[in-house]
Amino acid sequence: MLNNKLNDIELYKIIEETKHYEDKKAASIEALKIVQNSRGWISDQLMYEISAILCISVSQLEEIATFYSQIYRQPVGRNIIKYCDSVVCYMMGCNKIQLILEDILKIKPGCTTIDHKFTLLPISCLGNCDKAPVLMINSITYSNVNSTCIPILLEKCK
Amino acid sequence: MKKHIRTAETHPLTWRLNQSYSNIVWASEYCKKNGYSALHIMLKNMIPKDVVQMITESKLRGRGGAGFYTGIKWSLMPQKKDYQARYLLCNADEMEPGTYKDRLLLEKLPHQLLEGMIIAGFAIEASMGYIFLRGEYIDAAYNLKRAILEARKLGYLGKNILGTNFNFDIVLHTGAGRYICGEETALINSLEGNRPNPRIKPPFPALIGLWGKPTCVNNVETLSNIPSIILNGVSWYKEISLSDDTGTKLMGFSGQVNNPGVWEVPFGISARELLEDYAGGMKKGFVLKAWQPGGASTDFLLPETLDVKMDFSSIANIGSRFGTGVAMVVDHTVSIVSLVLNLEKFFARESCGLCTPCREGLPWIVKILQSFENGSATINDLDILEDLCFQLGPGKTLCAHAPGAIQPLQSAIKLFQLDFKKCIMNINQKMSDTRNKTNSIFELFL
Repeated sequence: MLNNKLNDIELYKIIEETKHYEDKKAASIEALKIVQNSRGWISDQLMYEISAILCISVSQLEEIATFYSQIYRQPVGRNIIKYCDSVVCYMMGCNKIQLILEDILKIKPGCTTIDHKFTLLPISCLGNCDKAPVLMINSITYSNVNSTCIPILLEKCK
Repeated sequence: MKKHIRTAETHPLTWRLNQSYSNIVWASEYCKKNGYSALHIMLKNMIPKDVVQMITESKLRGRGGAGFYTGIKWSLMPQKKDYQARYLLCNADEMEPGTYKDRLLLEKLPHQLLEGMIIAGFAIEASMGYIFLRGEYIDAAYNLKRAILEARKLGYLGKNILGTNFNFDIVLHTGAGRYICGEETALINSLEGNRPNPRIKPPFPALIGLWGKPTCVNNVETLSNIPSIILNGVSWYKEISLSDDTGTKLMGFSGQVNNPGVWEVPFGISARELLEDYAGGMKKGFVLKAWQPGGASTDFLLPETLDVKMDFSSIANIGSRFGTGVAMVVDHTVSIVSLVLNLEKFFARESCGLCTPCREGLPWIVKILQSFENGSATINDLDILEDLCFQLGPGKTLCAHAPGAIQPLQSAIKLFQLDFKKCIMNINQKMSDTRNKTNSIFELFL
């Protein structure tokens, strides 16, 4: 059951975050991230809740939420898989990596598996070009990935 | 591959790291290895004006890509004391494809950056510093947070630093994944919690920046250079370089080379030396076709230019841009058309969409390049591409996103026009094949 009210921990964390800035609004990204970390994505109702704490309108918060690639406004899988498709990874075979991921997960980039276990997304340069191709699963970056290690990495996910 | 011994005098940025760059230099190790001594010396002997003067004399240039002189940037901050607050922003939003130098400094040497920021904060009389870190650098965020706590405990951050009346604190602010946030004014908008569109300049951030207050934005590597300049002096800093640009620089090579990586080298080292001695040359079976000297937004260069000195003016003289200084090789197996398509897809995806030429032009470029790749382009498309390069060029948009995006494209068209024309010839060939086939079918009926 989805709870559309912010809990005390989320509230406390957001209020603590606003103290770092002249204007509460500056904590927008962090507030969205705090809520997303505990719930996976940001629902419309939660947008109202967050905007009320930050004293901004929902549309102002929406401007932020829809601009960034790391804020999800619709449900995502429990594990977010991001493959780097930038220039060096491209030369070192990221297209192959993408095809392997599509083949195992049976989804296209931008989609979530039916069992809500995985979401597949492209990502811009992860700053590991000397170890390309690179993959990021949740918060961990894996470098020099190849066709043999991908199934093992996916197996480890919850 | 070159084995080099790193010392504080020759490798001021990386000498505290071990040979494989695997250790994280926390406060205890950093202090043992001369860390924070520049801050002690500065607070004891210098006033803000002296620090700005020293950095101006050192001719330190910004390491984020544009190469503006740091001392001059600092001296643009208003002299009057009637401002309530001034801010220092550290631009750690490293997202340029092909660039990975700041990640090393952020993850392994967080205290060096903090010391640089505290000194910079003192010089521009700021009371607060923000590190704008890209959201994907999760290890860096963890390490920086821990380093900030350590520095605060040791009395290097907070009120009355080392018993003086200098107050300065640092907050880590993480982004959520957009390339445009690396642009100085977009970064300010993003930090304020606005949509990160670039702002019109002037007014420059030095006068009206974060929350309308005087603000200075410096790159991670620029700030990491500051402590060693204070410690070792201006003449030393000038002498370690082999060119007019002073100091050392984190440079690297990636792609199909034997030992891809990033190394601290003096400005003025040749690209060939970097590629052959440091990166171990091209991998067996791969031939160098082209190279980009400093990230995705720099013009391609041909292999015969490899003897060029790696510095701002030398790279500009041969028709490219030094950029971030972290280079990439393109080997003979890569189709230049599809590579440029990959680059332009990135720039089209990351455009903030504020200016029409960038918002409309970049997806158009992507569509045309796709038609080149799937063999449906005409000679007219090449003209349109060249025209778009002009329409998206410098001065036609608010920020440097679009002009940066067309640099690899226009250099690829210039250097590899035949590759583009071959794609057109394929379609012409196909058309004449179809025509011949149709004719022969007609002949059957006659």
